[in-house]
Amino acid sequence: MTSQIIFAAALLLTFGVFGYTTWRYVKLFQLTKPAFPVRDFGKRISLTLKVALGQSKMFRKPFTGIMHALVFWGFLVILIGSIEMVIDGLFGIERSLKVMGGFYDVVMASGDIFALIVAIAILVFIGRRLFIHVKRFEGIEMKHVSHVDAKIALSIILLLMLTLLGLNTSYVAHQTAINETIHGIFPVSQHLTGLVSGLSPAALHVHHEIHWWAHILLIFFFANLLPYSKHFHVFMSVPNVFLSRLDPLGKLPNMDSITREVKLMMDPATAFAPVEGEAAPERFGVLDADDVTWKNYLDSLACTECGRCTSVCPAAITGKKLSPRKIVMDLRARMREKGKGLLKSGKDFSDNKSLLRDFISEEELWACTTCNACAMECPININHPTLIVDMRRYLVMEEGSAPGELKAVFNNIENNGAPWQYSAEDRMLWAKDLEIKKS
Amino acid sequence: METIKIEVPVMADLFARGEKPEYLFWVGCAGAYDDRYKKVAAAFAKILSYLDVNYAVLGKEESCTGDPARRAGNEMLYQMQALQNIEIFKAYEVQKIITICPHCYNIFKNEYPDLGGVYEVISYVDFLDGLISEGKLQIDPQVFTNVTITYHDPCYLGRANDIYESPRRVLNALSGKMVEMHRNKSFALCCGAGGGQMFKEAEKGDKEVFIERIEDALKTDAKVIATSCPFCMTMMTDGLKYKNREEEIKNYDISELIAQALGI
Repeated sequence: MTSQIIFAAALLLTFGVFGYTTWRYVKLFQLTKPAFPVRDFGKRISLTLKVALGQSKMFRKPFTGIMHALVFWGFLVILIGSIEMVIDGLFGIERSLKVMGGFYDVVMASGDIFALIVAIAILVFIGRRLFIHVKRFEGIEMKHVSHVDAKIALSIILLLMLTLLGLNTSYVAHQTAINETIHGIFPVSQHLTGLVSGLSPAALHVHHEIHWWAHILLIFFFANLLPYSKHFHVFMSVPNVFLSRLDPLGKLPNMDSITREVKLMMDPATAFAPVEGEAAPERFGVLDADDVTWKNYLDSLACTECGRCTSVCPAAITGKKLSPRKIVMDLRARMREKGKGLLKSGKDFSDNKSLLRDFISEEELWACTTCNACAMECPININHPTLIVDMRRYLVMEEGSAPGELKAVFNNIENNGAPWQYSAEDRMLWAKDLEIKKS
Repeated sequence: METIKIEVPVMADLFARGEKPEYLFWVGCAGAYDDRYKKVAAAFAKILSYLDVNYAVLGKEESCTGDPARRAGNEMLYQMQALQNIEIFKAYEVQKIITICPHCYNIFKNEYPDLGGVYEVISYVDFLDGLISEGKLQIDPQVFTNVTITYHDPCYLGRANDIYESPRRVLNALSGKMVEMHRNKSFALCCGAGGGQMFKEAEKGDKEVFIERIEDALKTDAKVIATSCPFCMTMMTDGLKYKNREEEIKNYDISELIAQALGI
């Protein structure tokens, strides 16, 4: 009974802290702007099955892809065991899900095997971070804290797997020692019982309890650590994929507020027509964290800083300042900073800083070729180019600021209908004196 | 074989005669003004005439789609261009548009619909691929036999619009000796000219993107680098010049290669 009370208290604390964290994030999301209506659920479900559950984009790098996929699928299977542990802990029973019969054997067996596989994969990941220089883990945005963050998360996952194997092993050894039925099949742990041979049934029971509590409390702790680390992606990436923008990568979102203005200019008669939809926005484009859409912000929370985007960015590859990962991380950091102020002091809060300039320089923004390699590569469908263009929109339309050559291009398009300074009269010169040979 | 002079049909002239073509061939600013890409526009027009395709161009009535403005953040200018173009398309009852520029293709196909301009937009590589598979365009495989060709995917056909296979089918029909760069299809590296970069100096870095990309192409030992985008063509040709390889390795557009193979 005491242990049930302790367990319930721990669970309550876990949900309490998690609830508070969730509420904070909901508040921050309320500061963001609309993105697109979420429709086409059929398409979204199949996309989630393919990209999130199937890990399809991870396999663009086959080796890390398969390692990560194994960890992810392992988590899913082991999650069922964790749910069982919560039920067991609350009601003071043992292996409550054994009522599932044969399916329980399958779940336990796969959980047991995956615990070993995940542990090995995590060891590879830790080794890679410690001993191999992986270029995409470096960069100006990769501060010391990012690396510490990664190592802490990997260590916790490793501990989770070891405690799981430990509790399975002592369970098998204990049941064998007292001649009781073993519920579930444990293909890995049954071979590890040698490690605890010689222990009395009572000692085995204590052994089991230690691993059991360590495992579940670690899960509770990890669940509350994640939202404050880059490993928030454990929670956010599946929703981020489900809520992906479904348009082709090449399409930029239309600015309807501009459409209204342009139509007014072209046809003044509509000036007195009733305005449909929402009122004109406070500003064109994105200057600060609260100008972005909820999807941009979700992207930033789901990002795990893997750096695949930056590793394929033509600007980054050739030594320019732009790093798509930095853009996403900067948004997250700026929202954490400014969001706090906005929630405390209201809409008019200002700290005389902004996402653009104090975090992201104009030089970075103008280096983008909008090639979409970053968005194509991102395993969880983050879209960097739309955010970059939104910041360019702010620069150009609110400040009239752009590299001189681009201002000339704007002038040419406006005056001659072409980015170059040629007359429309010359548009057919290419077609002069064309000949073909025909038999 | 006889040499025939061809007139590229202009929409306004056709309408004056009460005719309406099936396709609008959108030449684009590069096709109209860029000295190198003018030849691509000419090659494609020759193929259209050779096959008696019922088409016309807008000529002096063509105006920038607004793409460079839009991607450089000038949404206002883009929409002004777009709405004007949509008016012209409406006047000529345009339904099908063929483009030889991926940027024009992308903006017509994906972005004009938001402003009410909905058309059947066809990339010339898809168009040529269709003609070949229907048997209407028969290529003599002798012309490019034993010539290795590599293909540089333009971002706005590839990643932006998933057009990877049709240009490769066309090139395989030409030579059968197509070789891939190690970064190809959705992994292809940009030439460095998209998003307004074509018109400005690159930001400070330690290398130009087009040099990085031409090195990919040179590693294949191909004799021909095929492109399907005016900006990519400028960059790849510059890359060849930078590496002093423009004598032995040629950069051609897909439509030029077809025109050569047809002997027109």
